[in-house]
Order: sequence, then C-alpha cells, then structure tokens
Amino acid sequence: MSRFECHALTKKYGQTTALDNIELSLEAGQIVGLLGPNGSGKTTLIKIANNLLTVTEGSLTIEGLKPGKQTKSMVAYLPDQECLPGFMNVNDLIRYYKDFFSDFNEYKCRKMLDSLDISHKMTLKKMSKGTREKVQLIMTMSRDAQIYLLDEPIAGVDPAARDYVLNTIINNYSPKALVIISTHLIADVEPILDDIVFINNGHIVLHQNADDLREEHGMSVDAYFRETFRY
Amino acid sequence: MSWKFESGIPIYSQIMDIIKLRILSGIYTPGGKLPGVRDLALEAGVNPNTMQRAMAGLENEGLVRSVRTSGRYITDDEDLINVLRMELSRTKVEQFYHDMKAIGLTQEEVISLVLSYGGMKK
Repeated sequence: MSRFECHALTKKYGQTTALDNIELSLEAGQIVGLLGPNGSGKTTLIKIANNLLTVTEGSLTIEGLKPGKQTKSMVAYLPDQECLPGFMNVNDLIRYYKDFFSDFNEYKCRKMLDSLDISHKMTLKKMSKGTREKVQLIMTMSRDAQIYLLDEPIAGVDPAARDYVLNTIINNYSPKALVIISTHLIADVEPILDDIVFINNGHIVLHQNADDLREEHGMSVDAYFRETFRY
Repeated sequence: MSWKFESGIPIYSQIMDIIKLRILSGIYTPGGKLPGVRDLALEAGVNPNTMQRAMAGLENEGLVRSVRTSGRYITDDEDLINVLRMELSRTKVEQFYHDMKAIGLTQEEVISLVLSYGGMKK
C-alpha cells in the first residue's frame, strides 16, 4: 500500500476528460514535482486528493483510504489561491489551525513566523500579497502531516520569496512524509525534487527520478519539459 | 545563497565536484567534520536525498567517511587528496588545451603563453 496511489483514475467534466486513466504510486520520504502546462490536470488531481472533487472512474487512495475526513487529518493542503480569512491575525490563525488539526505543531509554526518578522497583531488583509502567501505556506508546513500537497506554491511570489518558500520546504523535509509540489515553474523547483511526474492532457507522460533524467537526456528537467511540450 | 548548478548534469555529481573543490582549496580541511546532510542541503538549495546521494558517492570514493552517531568526516589521507588534486588539474588542463586548440594556437604557443602569464608568479 502506497502513501499516495491512483489506479485507473479518470475525471470528466461533462464531455471534457481532465484526467484519463491515471496510474501513479508515490511513497514517503520524497519531494515529488507534479509538472505540466496550464490545464493539464494538476489541480484536478490535487483537488480529488483533498475530496474537493469526486472521481468519475477508478480510485485515488491515501494510505489505502479514499479521500474523506480521515485522510484530511493526514494531508496538509496548500491551495493555489488564498484561502484564509482576511480578518485574522497570526495568533487567530494558530488557534484556528490547532482547532482543526491535531497534528498542528505550534512551536514549529511560531519559529517560522518569527523568521518573517511580522506583527502578530496585523490582520492578513493588511499584509502584502507575498507575505500572505508565505503565511499560508507556513500554516500548511506547520502540520506534522503524512502528505503535503502544495498547489503552485511559488507562482505568485517574487524571486526572493521563492527562495524562502523552497528553503521552507527543504527545512521541513522528513523521511516520514511525502511532499507533492504542483507547478509549471520548473526551473525554480527542480533542484529540490526527487521525482518528477509530467502530466499533459490528463495523461502521465513520465515519472522518473530527476537526476536520472538529467543523466539520461543531458539536459535540465526544465529544458526537457520545454522540448516535450513545445507548442 | 544556493549553489550554482549547470543544467544537463545530475545535481548529485555536481555537488560531489563542489565538495571535492572545497576539500582541495582547504575550505574543508582533511580529517575535519562536514556539516550535516540537512544543513548542506539547505545551503545548496537541494533536496536532502540528493545531498545524501552525493555523500554516498564521496564515501564510495573514499574522500569522506561516516562515523556512526557522530557524522561525516573528510578523509585525512593526504595521498588520496593529492591524487584528487592531480586528477582535477589534468581535467582542467585538458579543457584549457582543448579551448586553446579551438582558438587556433599551437602547443608551443600555448606553452609560451602559460610561461609568460604573470598571474601565478610569486
């Protein structure tokens, strides 16, 4: 039984097939990049894993369980959009997360927040967009989860904030957890990835160790991606 | 600051090269202790598993040895470090000579150019 497993997974929106017969098995101790162009099915897959969408056919399981209440206690999810209430400050957020998640690690959270140097009284809506995104990432990474599902964690932030996000992910690495990062900004994330999963038009076109790919093709993951998905 | 990596070469082998260079240039001293995998991974901006793979590679080559419970140490075998120094120098000379040949210089011209270069003089 894998930490994260898709078997013959198909998702249709009406006539449109978003995911087509996906087979995928991922284990703990890895940072996996879910890479693909816009509209390839990345977010659909992640939303199914969070029980925000249902499958049309096949299955997606987390530790053998279908997405639901139980898996939500194991999965820390960072959506691709802002999801936290703007009227809350970080103390409110910590209380909120502690209420919801028994695996929430307040010590870890406060340590990371301290490094951001923001006032604990400032509400989210008064923060800059970049700071809000960092706070949202910190809240997600502060859980001692089995799986971290990060949907486009670096899309909206400046290069310095990108480094911050990537360092936060490396710093929280645990051999007991699986981290899945979905993104189309491959060059930025590729040094921190173990495995890469290329997804295109709802198909998994490649699942390989990143360094093995570099060795085999003599190019970066980013260059290989550009070559494979040239329009 | 993350380390700079070239595309198209596995990152673990580039890390091995960077650490070898650090041993040769004395940033890591023979017999000295290396930082932990997580700290090195953070410094380099890479996945800890990739750093682990690089460490395993260096251990295989005998340049690094791991001591249970206390961490990893640079070899204190000076002979081995000298072999490494020669190997690396040879590769660099090879590259340099290759480039000079491409520019259109003869071996004699390259040698006299090297001898006339003041950068290395005391």
